[in-house]
Amino acid sequence: MTATMAPEKDVTKAAKRAASDRAQAENRLGLKLVAPAVVLMLLVTAWPMIQALYLSLFRYRLTAPDDRAFVGIDNYLTILSDDQFWKSTLTTLLIMVVTVAVELVIGFAFAMVMHRIVFARGLMRTSILIPYGIITVVSAFAWQFAFSLNNGFVNSWFNWLPFIADDTNWFGDYPHAMFAIMVSEIWKTTPFMALLLLAGLAQVSEDMLEAAKVDGATWTQRLTKVILPNMRAAIMVAVLFRALDAYRIFDNIFVMTKGAEGTQSISFLTYRQVIEQMQLGLGSAMSVLLFLSVLLLAWLIVKLFRVDLAQARGEG
Amino acid sequence: MAKQSGKNQVGTWIGFVLIMLWCLFPVAWIISLSFKSEGETGAGSAQFLPKEPTFDNYKAIIDNPDFTRALINSFGISLIATVLSVIFATLAAYAIARLEFRGKRLVLSLALAIAMFPVVALVGPLFDMWTTFGLFNTWPGLIIPYMSFTLPLAIWTLSAFFREIPWEMEQAAQVDGATSWQAFRKVIVPLAAPGVFTAAILTFFFAWNEFVLAISLTSTTSSRTVPAQMSFFVGPDPFNPPYAQLATASVIVTLPVIVIVLLFQRKIVAGLTSGAVKG
Repeated sequence: MTATMAPEKDVTKAAKRAASDRAQAENRLGLKLVAPAVVLMLLVTAWPMIQALYLSLFRYRLTAPDDRAFVGIDNYLTILSDDQFWKSTLTTLLIMVVTVAVELVIGFAFAMVMHRIVFARGLMRTSILIPYGIITVVSAFAWQFAFSLNNGFVNSWFNWLPFIADDTNWFGDYPHAMFAIMVSEIWKTTPFMALLLLAGLAQVSEDMLEAAKVDGATWTQRLTKVILPNMRAAIMVAVLFRALDAYRIFDNIFVMTKGAEGTQSISFLTYRQVIEQMQLGLGSAMSVLLFLSVLLLAWLIVKLFRVDLAQARGEG
Repeated sequence: MAKQSGKNQVGTWIGFVLIMLWCLFPVAWIISLSFKSEGETGAGSAQFLPKEPTFDNYKAIIDNPDFTRALINSFGISLIATVLSVIFATLAAYAIARLEFRGKRLVLSLALAIAMFPVVALVGPLFDMWTTFGLFNTWPGLIIPYMSFTLPLAIWTLSAFFREIPWEMEQAAQVDGATSWQAFRKVIVPLAAPGVFTAAILTFFFAWNEFVLAISLTSTTSSRTVPAQMSFFVGPDPFNPPYAQLATASVIVTLPVIVIVLLFQRKIVAGLTSGAVKG
């Protein structure tokens, strides 16, 4: 047995060597091809982030460049002991949780309709892509005007609701302003959620649903026992994407309230420090904290919901 | 799907109407607003439709040099960023889909991490760097970061597409006597083109929509894009924004989006979902 195996071994060795040469060449070519993209991505993210880390240790204001001095972690202490920072973090988290939850429910309903519909599929796909493609600033203006006291239709159309009057000022206090901001955010991003969920829904086998039906499962049972578990990966990916995106909310707030009535998000506060106040030191510290909080959030979502991106992509 | 009960059919119909309303109603609202006269919105006009529709706002917006300049900036910056980003992403995605190399997963994870990156966190250091390099308030000053932030989406979408291409056909064509250039041009390019095109649309949407960097890294109309220009357009009276004109600008800047969506809806949906969820 060993005698017959020996020559074979040599052959495989030679083949292996040739294969490994090829593998090395392939390895080199692969690295060459991805290099430009990787360099570009790092140039504008990793390098400025390192810069921010460095600047965050200084007292440094662009309007007074000579006053620059090393202050260690003072900037971080200043921020972490500041009320505004925690308030805007809370506001941001509130927006994130509410919008993602609402979008998940509405997006799922939309996906169900799109999955079942047998007519006008193209028309529906086209329509649902319009909010997705529309500029966020435009969405913010559209809703700001809709909620406007003098020029909006919301008050006059919905004044029969107990909490809406003809003179409800939607940008005059925190709850109303937050509601308006969330409406704009939810309107624009629900289609994205719906499309991701639709793709997940398409993977639930019709046979399995049919079998459940034959076995006498009710609609609710089919939903919770067959449909939802089978599209778990799609739901989790959609939640992860949208949650991290919502956490960065900026455009809507900038246009609709300019951060008034305590509606500042964490992104908006950072922007203010850096661009309006020219506080590069303090602003950089906020940038670092923002970056770390996004990392933490992503890690938490992946751990809590056990999101497997590779599995969701079918890579196994 | 064909055998649906009547009750289900009604539910689907109601759902259809609700979705159409959801998607199109706010668009109808800004269109309607764009036809209201300045006098009407100035006096306060709470009804949905204009009392006396007028084209004045469109004339005013098109005659506004700041807006037309911003429109040119938006188109130029978005198109250049899209073309460059898609070229680099195509190279990278080809390698990811077809070649075995060390660090493949690392590249994909890096792309994902950058897609999630809080853009605002970069504003300070980038502002600092760009003023040093003379890139502040220039087209390249926006094109470079737009490329970096659209590369992840383009790479993910394209590598998902490329994985589906039957690459053996290239060899088959060569066996049949085609040169490798012919095989590439006649076989591979037509197969890969739809994916590349889809990635380009998604990239363009991102650049067209981007706001944070557009307001932070520009200071004049020489490089300000439409979203940034619109947010600074307050008119003479800060307490009474020029509703109708802003709505008109909104309509104009939404037109390209609607045209692209009308032409390529199928591709966009395929691209959006292939990058993220694939069974």
